Amino acid sequence: MADEKDIVKGTSLWKDAWQRLLKNKLAVFGLIVMVIMVIAVTIGPPILRWATGLTPYDIPADADYIKAFPPSWQHPMGTDDAGRDLLARVLQGGRISLMVGVISTFVSLIVGVSYGATAGYLGGKIDNVMMRIVDIIYAIPYILIVIVLLFVFSGENTPNWIDAISSSFGGGAGLNQIFLLFFSLGLVSWLTMARVVRGQVLSLKNQEFVLAARATGVSTFNIIFKHLVPNTLGPVIVYATLTIPSVMLTEAFLSFLGIGVQAPYASWGSLASEGIKNIALFPWQLIFPGVTMALTLFSLNFLGDGLRDALDPQTRKF
Amino acid sequence: MLKFILKRLIIIIPMALLVVTLTWGLIRIAPGNFYSGEKKLPPAIEANITKKYGLDKPWYVQYGKMMWNIVQLDFGDSLKYQGQSVNEIIWRHFPYSATIGLLAYMLALLIGLSAGIIAALKQNSLFDYGSMALAMLGLSIPNFVLGPILVLVFSLWLFWVPPARWGGISSLILPVITLAAIYAAYIARLTRAGMLEVLRSDYIRTARAKGLSEKTVLLKHALRGGIIPVVSFTGPALASLLAGTVVVEKVFAIPGLGKIFIESVFNRDEPLTLGIVAFLSILIMVFNLAVDISYGFLDPRIRYE
Repeated sequence: MADEKDIVKGTSLWKDAWQRLLKNKLAVFGLIVMVIMVIAVTIGPPILRWATGLTPYDIPADADYIKAFPPSWQHPMGTDDAGRDLLARVLQGGRISLMVGVISTFVSLIVGVSYGATAGYLGGKIDNVMMRIVDIIYAIPYILIVIVLLFVFSGENTPNWIDAISSSFGGGAGLNQIFLLFFSLGLVSWLTMARVVRGQVLSLKNQEFVLAARATGVSTFNIIFKHLVPNTLGPVIVYATLTIPSVMLTEAFLSFLGIGVQAPYASWGSLASEGIKNIALFPWQLIFPGVTMALTLFSLNFLGDGLRDALDPQTRKF
Repeated sequence: MLKFILKRLIIIIPMALLVVTLTWGLIRIAPGNFYSGEKKLPPAIEANITKKYGLDKPWYVQYGKMMWNIVQLDFGDSLKYQGQSVNEIIWRHFPYSATIGLLAYMLALLIGLSAGIIAALKQNSLFDYGSMALAMLGLSIPNFVLGPILVLVFSLWLFWVPPARWGGISSLILPVITLAAIYAAYIARLTRAGMLEVLRSDYIRTARAKGLSEKTVLLKHALRGGIIPVVSFTGPALASLLAGTVVVEKVFAIPGLGKIFIESVFNRDEPLTLGIVAFLSILIMVFNLAVDISYGFLDPRIRYE
């Protein structure tokens, strides 16, 4: 009997990837920034509320006729037009921006993975038709699709289930709009994910474990979702990490156009686009939300790059 | 080769019609129309308008009539800009977008290619890390944040260039830089990755082994293969230039097509939206075809039958 310590310990794929990730300094930097950012937006607003007695939506009593104050010890990022502390607004906005990124990516993940895996596994004509549909949706400006989705489902036409989710968080038109954004953005960002997953499934579907599953009479649905999909997880995680910043950028773009997050709610995009209006007089109103957002996207991009190198050494960009 | 090009050119027509159809469907799904604005029209006027534009007919008649006109390249008149045809509006505003778009892409190519090539040649050097971090920064700053910050610094603080409006070369500088930043960043990353892969390949070793000068190896052999990813990026890049120009046109008050497009969608100006979508989708598909053709010149292994 060999001693316990003599046994060579195998490293799992995930452990191996984790170690490779830790060696990538830029990815670790991204990871640390993201952890700090998530903690800040989670506990920041309640702490600021406790310290100042104001929520990010309250207008302080001392803000008289000159309401926009430059950065100071009391307001590290200055204040907005109404005299609200910009740090509190940025942290509150960060909650929504990060949530848009994560939830929309999750929606796109579900749609893209099921679509791509189904097309890839079924193959032949069905695959051809499904992928041509993807090509055609690619050719329609995504902004048009988002605007139509927002138009169609806003106001009285909000689906009951969105209404139900948003009322469990307080409800109201502003929140409905945010939840609508989550789903609309998710529904325009699944296309590349579908292509990635389809490619993976194509290379997996003729392997022995799939043949074995088919031979033992596993249903097509279960082969796709229980056997194939788990094996595409690596590229899917990598691509999802890179989808988060791109969805956040799209949300910011929509907020800039005035159809994203609506007041009193805020996101980094909507705060920055409010700041643009006052750029000559109160530049901090653009710079702080803009820089916070850029830093976050920067970190997410580095993290995504690092994950790709770690999980998928073959496609490593040297 | 000629047969391939012809086949692809012909496919563009049904593809564009399909895109128009889907866009039309999307616009029609959204509740309301151009006339259901904030001001409620008197019923008699509404009935007249409905009749004039054939909105009282069943949807397939409206769709058929519209498609028949579009096949003849007639997109009708804009609803918002009374008396102006869609074609007229597109040709009036497209040159502005095309100017800043093309200049931006050229600038992005210049910066991206040179940074990418040098970074690949000096892999793991300070220049490599610096330029790649800078590229990542370029990818992470939304252009509607970058544009106003450039205006703040170079127009409002330094007074070097005008902050907005169209006119003269100096007014082009900031919009072009704003638009180019993200593409330069992408191109630098793609070039670096492509060049690194090519520099490790056998045919480069052969070229070096047969005694070619380093300059010839790089410029005549490596570069051709190394920039293939950049060439394939050009298709989608030109597509996303649309969304990019919307922001730049709004920030710098440029009367381009992107701005007109977004306005037409908000105004529910159906003919104008459809016209622009058709125009852009054809443009994108033609560019994609040009990209596919250029592969053949860049990589001798790719041949079209």
